[in-house]
Amino acid sequence: MAFLRGFGKYLPERVVTNDELAAVCGVEAEWILSASGIRERRYAADAETVASLATSAANDCLTRCSLEAAELGMIIVASGSPDRYTPGPAAMVAQALGLNSTPALDVPVASAGSLIAMAMASQFAGTVGPVLVIGSEIMSRRVERTPEGKNTAILFGDGAGAVLIHPGEGLARILDHVLRTDGSAAEILRIEDRHLHMDGGSVILQALRKIPAAMKELMDRHSISPEQIGTVIMHQANLNLIQRVAKVSGIALERFPVNIDHYGNTSSASLLIAAAEWNEGRNDLPVDGHLLFAAFGAGLNWGALLASSAKE
Amino acid sequence: MDYRPGILKVLHAVAGEEINPEPDESLFSSGLLDSFTLPDFVSGLEQEFSITVPDSDLSARKFDTVEKVETYLEDKVS
Repeated sequence: MAFLRGFGKYLPERVVTNDELAAVCGVEAEWILSASGIRERRYAADAETVASLATSAANDCLTRCSLEAAELGMIIVASGSPDRYTPGPAAMVAQALGLNSTPALDVPVASAGSLIAMAMASQFAGTVGPVLVIGSEIMSRRVERTPEGKNTAILFGDGAGAVLIHPGEGLARILDHVLRTDGSAAEILRIEDRHLHMDGGSVILQALRKIPAAMKELMDRHSISPEQIGTVIMHQANLNLIQRVAKVSGIALERFPVNIDHYGNTSSASLLIAAAEWNEGRNDLPVDGHLLFAAFGAGLNWGALLASSAKE
Repeated sequence: MDYRPGILKVLHAVAGEEINPEPDESLFSSGLLDSFTLPDFVSGLEQEFSITVPDSDLSARKFDTVEKVETYLEDKVS
């Protein structure tokens, strides 16, 4: 058994507005807002790294959960924009937390990585103990802020989110997950030579079919109707995509917490940043009813995770 | 079979205007479609021609011009 014990987040201080990006990308600030729902995003400082952002989110999560790092059984860090190819950020995060023998694994999957890591953690927690999952990204170093790169530059921001998956107690119990991979469309979304390449039209086509399908598969498996879903925490890729997934899935849009207007698309960090803010807004109370997580990203990888009231 | 009238019917419904692009004109570059109207265009084609577009065909390039859509439908419907 595994539970969502608590969340944490870290956002860099520097705010990058649409006006600032519009000037270098040769577009109108209003167009950025209408195309994406994004008003501003955060950029990491030069001295910050994917590992340092992840460590800050980890510490926030551990503090909120009143847990010492030494009590962790495992750390999993998801990032599509790691500082270097190998070793990935997980080992650096473990070191920064003062750990030198706790297993620390990387999930190098942009956008869907934190969902995959949560599913993995739910399987490990019963054996190794509390698992800290972190999604951390510095996507600003993977886009080109030029007219040629405008279609990705306007979307992405930096940040980190974290969740503690606990074997014995928490806000909600993880019931099940669906993880899927289809490498046949890998070329439409990839980071290669340190640059993000995205065929936006194809990505939306694929995401709009695959995300609702994964959510439906989980709901059908547990005989849960769309009306019974209390909250859907979805990868914050684009406001228009969230609105369309809500419509296709038959779940009311107001049940999808949205913060993309403040942070842009922070890739694999976005799911956990959104979860952390959602949980802060409800004062860390136990979940009543059903909670869905859903994400889609490079690979293609996509899926959903279902959690419900810890009492059931 | 002449697919063009059905393609244009769907395109007009999705784009909200009765513009008839050149057969080889990019529907994206011309502004008739964007990332978020493309799914509606594909769904409209599925309904209009009673086909199912499989996930493996969900590529924007396949639906970028009227000509490409015609080629796709010729292969799919026949």
